[in-house]
Amino acid sequence: MPKKKVDARTIIAHIVLIFLSFLCLFFFYILIINATRSHAQLQLGFSALPGSSLITNFMNVINDPAIPILRGVLNSLIVSGCSAAIVTYFSSLTAYGIYAYNFKLNKAAFTFIMMILVMPTQVTALGFLRLITNMGLDDSLVPLILPSIASPAVFYFMHSYMQSSLPKELIEAARIDGSGEFGTFNRIVLPILKPAMAVQAIFTFVGSWNNYFIPALVITSKSKQTLPIMIATLRGADYMNFDMGKIYMMITIAIIPIVIVYLFLSKFIIAGVTLGGVKE
Amino acid sequence: MDKKNQIKSVSYAKWGYIFIAPFFITYAVFSLIPLVDTIRNSFYEYYYSGLKVIGPTWVGLQNYISLLSTDLPKYAWNTFVMWILGFIPQIAVALLLAAWFTDTRLKICGKEFFKVVIYLPNLIMASAFAMLFFALFSNAGPVNSILLRLGVVGEAIRFMESTLGARTLVALMNFLMWFGNTTIMLMAAIMGINPSIFEAAQLDGCTHTQMFFKITLPQIRPLLTYTLITSLIGGLQMFDVPQILTGGNGSPDRTTMTLIMFLNKHLQSKNYGMAGALSVMLFIISAILCFLVFKMNMDDDPDGSKGAAKRARKLARKEGKA
Amino acid sequence: MKRKIICLTLALLMGLSLLAGCGGGSSTESGGAGGANTGSAEDGGGSAAGGEEGKIINIYVWNDEWQKKFNANYPEVKETSNDLSITYLNDGTEVHWIINPNQDGVYQQKLDEALTKQASAEADDKIDLFLAEADYILKYIDPEVDVALPIDELGISPEDVPNQYKYTQEAVTTADGKIRALSYQATPGMMVYRRSIANAVLGTDDPATVGAAVADWDKFYETADQMKAAGYYMYSGRADTYRVYSNNVSGPWVQDGNVVVDQNLMNWVNRSMEDIQSGVTHNTPGQWQDEWNKDFGPDSKVFCFFLPAWGLDVCVKPNVDGTSAAEDWAVCPAPQNFYWGGTWLIACRGTDDPEHVKDIMLKMTGDTAILRSLAEKNGEMSNDQPLMEELAQSDQFGIEMLGGQNYLGVLSSAAANISLANVSPYDQGCTEELQDAFGDYFNGKIDMDKAKANFETAIKERYPELAAGEVIWPDA
Repeated sequence: MPKKKVDARTIIAHIVLIFLSFLCLFFFYILIINATRSHAQLQLGFSALPGSSLITNFMNVINDPAIPILRGVLNSLIVSGCSAAIVTYFSSLTAYGIYAYNFKLNKAAFTFIMMILVMPTQVTALGFLRLITNMGLDDSLVPLILPSIASPAVFYFMHSYMQSSLPKELIEAARIDGSGEFGTFNRIVLPILKPAMAVQAIFTFVGSWNNYFIPALVITSKSKQTLPIMIATLRGADYMNFDMGKIYMMITIAIIPIVIVYLFLSKFIIAGVTLGGVKE
Repeated sequence: MDKKNQIKSVSYAKWGYIFIAPFFITYAVFSLIPLVDTIRNSFYEYYYSGLKVIGPTWVGLQNYISLLSTDLPKYAWNTFVMWILGFIPQIAVALLLAAWFTDTRLKICGKEFFKVVIYLPNLIMASAFAMLFFALFSNAGPVNSILLRLGVVGEAIRFMESTLGARTLVALMNFLMWFGNTTIMLMAAIMGINPSIFEAAQLDGCTHTQMFFKITLPQIRPLLTYTLITSLIGGLQMFDVPQILTGGNGSPDRTTMTLIMFLNKHLQSKNYGMAGALSVMLFIISAILCFLVFKMNMDDDPDGSKGAAKRARKLARKEGKA
Repeated sequence: MKRKIICLTLALLMGLSLLAGCGGGSSTESGGAGGANTGSAEDGGGSAAGGEEGKIINIYVWNDEWQKKFNANYPEVKETSNDLSITYLNDGTEVHWIINPNQDGVYQQKLDEALTKQASAEADDKIDLFLAEADYILKYIDPEVDVALPIDELGISPEDVPNQYKYTQEAVTTADGKIRALSYQATPGMMVYRRSIANAVLGTDDPATVGAAVADWDKFYETADQMKAAGYYMYSGRADTYRVYSNNVSGPWVQDGNVVVDQNLMNWVNRSMEDIQSGVTHNTPGQWQDEWNKDFGPDSKVFCFFLPAWGLDVCVKPNVDGTSAAEDWAVCPAPQNFYWGGTWLIACRGTDDPEHVKDIMLKMTGDTAILRSLAEKNGEMSNDQPLMEELAQSDQFGIEMLGGQNYLGVLSSAAANISLANVSPYDQGCTEELQDAFGDYFNGKIDMDKAKANFETAIKERYPELAAGEVIWPDA
């Protein structure tokens, strides 16, 4: 029966997907092409053909003692990984607290979080920096990670997801089975939330990975710099050392780990199907 | 733990507080003080001239009054236009793709590949992406040379110099950066729907279109609202893309200047009084808009979707037994 | 098991967040105290000069350009740490390099933050020396904020650095007559032109003759008309000529709280518009873009550019290397003298290493041997007039790209004639906003009045202290 339906819909789907993929890959392609070109070639303008400086650029990045790139990758991994883990766990926890329990301040708490969600974040950046410095947490990775416990947007996502996918009867059932409240959350609720958590983990990871402004203001010592700060340092190099090829190479290197993380986490999004089936 | 639970359900409320405590403690520690400072600053004349501090001097609502005499409505309009230009295709494409990717009956070759690829633009740093974009659409760039060669245009289009061109480029870049993101989010939402509902509907002989509008959409409604609200907030706070593409000036003639770019101008000049007032105004505007969207989507029968789900589930069970 | 781990992590994190909570409570108080301290920064510093010399010198920079020059040339340098973040001196003193990128203003942001804490910082954490660029240096040498130590307080007098170009000191001499910064470089500009086009239109590529044909603006535009008649462009875009006009204004940007737009800048506006309409300029929208780069290339019809010394390496060379235009260049003085950029060293008020800072500043900006090495190895236009005049005769600086011409002679006489009497702390902002506001005018999107209005709006956003004042436009 489905064979007959290899129809207009499938064909359109393929055409649209190929077109969109082309758009997306195109930018990736230029990025990689640019990473293979020398600074002089790049200055000559756009080209769709690769240059011959791939290895030179790579060695330039790796061998620059002022840019400890491995350290940068490690720092970025720590910050992004911890942020992603913390964001998903605590946002789920908060959302569950508000979704599953009836308490006096329930509505007020929800409204408060929704309100801070709409507060423009840019304004508080400098106040945040001053606060961090006064707390003695400047030049440390902690202030780049811990504040993500309170992420109103992720909370809201989790809350919405619970509304559409977490039946309250399930919680009741768990209680009847004698499960503790934390136990219920960790063993029963979290698995159901896996697809949503994977999604937010990816988004947080990527956002944190590419974040420049706040980390640049917080971090001072070289050993704690994250990748975007290093890229900005390269971009600010003086004219004798300014090398666009090196910058593109660095940007390309910086993308590889997130692609891997994405591929890994996207498995969980798909895993949601089977888990969803179990829940009835 | 277990013992307490056995003493009846009265104590459950406590767990609610415990579960939300980390969030509120963290927020109070890291965000509340700067936030309160921002609001307080809005009533003061308070800025830096070089390294010299001017103020803080209490001026009451003066900052708000000064703001009203600026081109604020124009920047709000710019923001809205660029948001809507990017958002409509974004949500439409994302819904379509999410439906396709989750439709088990639709066989897409290389589905995994497509799923990865559509998210790739989001992985590139916005500033790097803008650099590539700029090179592509520059007056001597490849887009222009292709158009020239094909004879579509007589001379190079100066994209960034016309209002329409600049706004379209901003919207296009926003779209490319974020449609994959939205797709993934909606995909996760659709994945969360109980498959038996679809199975039941399928047995009933529902078409794709019917299933999409009658089951998928109502089921993921909370998450659609979420998408709408976060995207609205994201739109109101649109900053990095137009900032980088126009060098922070909102050229031409400030027609791509967004609200947050305007705010950034005040932050750059370290004018904390005006920046505070502007933030509070933005906050109020955002709150009102979000409230409206929230009400619109949630209140007309909040259980409508759930009702549908239950009906479908019952149906599924019946069908299963039959 | 898994659950236990999660619970444990959770407990740990909650504990952490509670701890952070306590920290937060006390921090707000110290925050208030810190705020109060900033005022005392002004009186806290002077005493340091008499105290004992510290062991750590903290230097704030935005990239490693000067760091490399320091490591290669300062005689006391012993070795550097592996990641280059510390330079060890012979007497055991450590130079700590604090590098913050310029992007999004992070460098100044962090420098400002550290400066407000200077008075209360531990001796080893105090800033001893920092670098600043021409665009914003006046912010830091303002006598009222007093973060920059006048060189006489370090024990340096202008006679100790007699060879420096006068303008590099004039630029940083404040209203109280004190010099608060020293520079190791001079950044005068020159006109770089294409020999082939000069030959084709003017009949010669001799720098003296071409120089005479662009000796002032009237002659420059006469030549421009010839260029146009022959099918060439005189220059690339309005941003190229801007500096040459703006460095020759009759008064500072801000006078008595009002922004005064100089006649010479309106000349630039009017002339640029005229040139765009007549086709004398190729009308590239700005510098550092593909189109501008291509205008240097072998196929370009653009005759000349206005560049400082490094422009030859950075702007010209990559676009012509290996092409027919590789040696097709020569330089001559611009119609008016101008300069582009420049970096100064500033000793920070409150430094605990005044002797070291003094020695570093003296040697790096005044020692002829070091300046010679900078010129020879880094292609720097060093801040030493007799040295530059000597090198202007040397074969070593006759470079191939210019067909063997030595550009230092042109630059040195330009540097000697630059005047910075009219610089003000508002230069960078006013310049940027003027170029942006009139960019739309040049593109035909808005009329002159709208451009002026946009400029006024932008200035008031950028400088709240000028919001009460007016913007005064010249009559013409």
